[in-house]
Amino acid sequence: MKNSDVVIVGAGPAGIRAAQTLVAYGLQPCLIDEGLRGGGQIYRRQPANFKRPPKALYGFEAAKAQAVHSTLDRLQTDIDYRPQTLVWNAEERTLDTLTFNDGPNGVSAQVPYKQLIVATGATDRILPVPGWTLPGVYSLGAAQIALKFQGCAIGERVVFAGSGPLLYLVAYQYAKAGAKVIAVLDSSPLSAQAQALPALLGQPLTLAKGVYYRTWLTTRGIPVHQGVKLHSIEGEERVRRVRWQRGADMVELDCDAVGFAHALRSETQLADLLGCEFVWSGLNRAWLPQRDASGRSSVEGVYLAGDGAGIMGADAAEMAGELAALTLLTDSGHQVDQARSAELQRKLGAIERFRNGLETAFPFPEDWAAKAADELTVCRCEEVSAGDIRHTVEQGHWEINRVKAMCRVGMGRCQGRMCGLAATEIVAQASGRDIASVGRLRGQAPIKPLPFGVEVEP
Amino acid sequence: MSPPIKVDAVVIGGGIVGSSAALFLARAGQRVALLERDFFGSHSSGVNYGGVRRQGRPLSQLPLSQRAHGIWASLQDLIGIDGEYLRSGHLKLARSDKDMAALVKYEQASRGFGLDLQLLDRSQLRARFAWAGDVAVGASLCADDGHANPRIVSPAFAHAARRAGAQVFEQAKVIDVSHDGSAFTVVTADGQRFRAPWLLNCAGAWAAALAEQFGEPVPMRPGHPAMLVTEPLPMFMDVSTGVEGGGIYARQVARGNCVLGGGQGFPLDPTKARPGQAAILEILRNAVELYPPLAGAQAIRTWSGTEGYLPDREPVLGASTTQPGLLHGFGFAGSGFQIGPAAGEALAQIVCKGAPDIDLAAFSIKRFVSAAPPVTAVSAVDTSNVIPLLRGRSSS
Repeated sequence: MKNSDVVIVGAGPAGIRAAQTLVAYGLQPCLIDEGLRGGGQIYRRQPANFKRPPKALYGFEAAKAQAVHSTLDRLQTDIDYRPQTLVWNAEERTLDTLTFNDGPNGVSAQVPYKQLIVATGATDRILPVPGWTLPGVYSLGAAQIALKFQGCAIGERVVFAGSGPLLYLVAYQYAKAGAKVIAVLDSSPLSAQAQALPALLGQPLTLAKGVYYRTWLTTRGIPVHQGVKLHSIEGEERVRRVRWQRGADMVELDCDAVGFAHALRSETQLADLLGCEFVWSGLNRAWLPQRDASGRSSVEGVYLAGDGAGIMGADAAEMAGELAALTLLTDSGHQVDQARSAELQRKLGAIERFRNGLETAFPFPEDWAAKAADELTVCRCEEVSAGDIRHTVEQGHWEINRVKAMCRVGMGRCQGRMCGLAATEIVAQASGRDIASVGRLRGQAPIKPLPFGVEVEP
Repeated sequence: MSPPIKVDAVVIGGGIVGSSAALFLARAGQRVALLERDFFGSHSSGVNYGGVRRQGRPLSQLPLSQRAHGIWASLQDLIGIDGEYLRSGHLKLARSDKDMAALVKYEQASRGFGLDLQLLDRSQLRARFAWAGDVAVGASLCADDGHANPRIVSPAFAHAARRAGAQVFEQAKVIDVSHDGSAFTVVTADGQRFRAPWLLNCAGAWAAALAEQFGEPVPMRPGHPAMLVTEPLPMFMDVSTGVEGGGIYARQVARGNCVLGGGQGFPLDPTKARPGQAAILEILRNAVELYPPLAGAQAIRTWSGTEGYLPDREPVLGASTTQPGLLHGFGFAGSGFQIGPAAGEALAQIVCKGAPDIDLAAFSIKRFVSAAPPVTAVSAVDTSNVIPLLRGRSSS
């Protein structure tokens, strides 16, 4: 195993481009990947014995996905690549990892670093609706992973709901793969998308793909409803139907699976454990690790790239990974191509403007918290309802970690990664406070569960 | 500047000691202000393991601990919630004959204090507690000890104090304390001023600065016990457990989660701490031999806190020797949760009637008055006879 001074966490588009850049300058970084074969979530690879062509898996993005994958494959001999490895803790320039490839409980090891690129990516942003914990309900990202990785659909008659570009992409991928998509329920109105058009025109290709997915769906008779609200998911043992609302009208729709999410949220726990400063991002409606235009965090030697520090998408992640690596190289005395850094910053700036447009096109449903009924389960790990949270706020608590301490929201197995943002929305609504002032759930090790009986690498 | 808020007593520190002092003072009709820098019970009072145990304490603490046992019996009436308090027993396990001999010795020494300890040999232990791992050779059971949820109990003492008439303030950092010969003036960062003839220093790990200001320096050091919790598991034990000699302790809550402690964390800043990775891994590797049902379980969260430790691991509790009206109650060395309400009550008794019901001489701050300067190498943690902890980077 190589002794690397530079460690990259995350082998999605950002992490792989960062590794490639470092290798180009003669470094041998360690690349830690929670996944099996690299690619991250967006370009997740199927198991080695699955033979579906890239076009079937990644559609328009097949070329990009293949480029990222082949880059990683070429790098294998130059880097210390550690797949199936979770970073569960960080302390004083050392990461604690858990590798699952041997031993029933995994092996914990320490990975020291001098410089670190954090490219931890994103997961779905979930705004619970009644019935969201029923078997058969998935996040949009999970629905996509089932398809991309295992070639499975989440059900035979599927409804997709929520908002954001992923909504249309996943619906398209499912329909294309032969699944029966019953309906697409977009909470953002058409008018918002029209309003966002000027900003979106900055990235005409990406915009064109979005329009294509939509058009493809509607020309195949798949109903796409905009400006509607998923009211509830119903069923006894599992999903049987959804109810959705346009204004006062309620529509019932039979189905056996639901994929839903409202865009993405950054995975920030590692940055938090590393001691990075966080700043409020109105665009992401979340506290995010602070990063400068070159990819530096507030902690010396720690760099941030990709969706883990703010949702910008896969193309931006590739650029941000390369940029963070160039910045790291600059900071450690290498002569790097400054013109390239400047070009990457300029391109990232353009994507950010597009990203602002997307937020206009798919606005966060700000009335979600006010309309969430008291009985609605917000935290499924600890079975905490919106009413439980409101009751805690009534007792005078308003800071999210304090609310967690009192009513257990975010205290369970997922550590608030699933429910934390929704809980914060409820606290803000119930306390009448600005969402930013409610704070953010502090990260606590382990980032994901750690088994008793874990072996420790000597 | 607005006029000061005049009260009979100002309590600095909204942990379980300060909050219960405020509660008992308010119930006795005293005007009291309770000032907490952060949130009530948000430090070691609220993030500790949750053991409510008399067994294993130094004999010097048993009278006060026994009184606390009585207070805990009426917890619901006192603070308005049950706090998940269970008198499920506290079982102290021995892993060697030498450790068992120490338990026998403690049982003999503590007779007459009301603990009613039951010594269990290997077969008796397994008959009562089938889950116990093979490494346990015997145990001592204190059937009326138990455990509770510190996260909700400690803040509830402050809220009960408020309901009893105390003025309580969170986010109220004290920036200046003075005494003009007749009363204390206490100023908080947000500009509030308080004036009182009595001042209670219940500031936990941060109490030494105030003691020193009044000419009573103490060699207190911060410690950071490491804790973790599992996902909910099928119920296998309701007793709270510890191990003779220390090293690891565990309880299972009604929801099924197991809370385990052992080893030390490290400070992130003066008010926040985190468990060291070495301590976490030691617990995960060593717990299963004592608690076999934990095999295959997952730890979902870890945490630590900041607690004050004096070299003799006894608290400072009682009147200042230099400043009339100043009372101290701090330095509970990681075992203040059970005894805290009785400590608070004793301080309140000093205010109300000049002296506590239970003699506090053993805990007087005067034991440090003429002491030599603290030796910097003194460890806050007794490391004799414990499961050897990796002294990793986090515990350096």
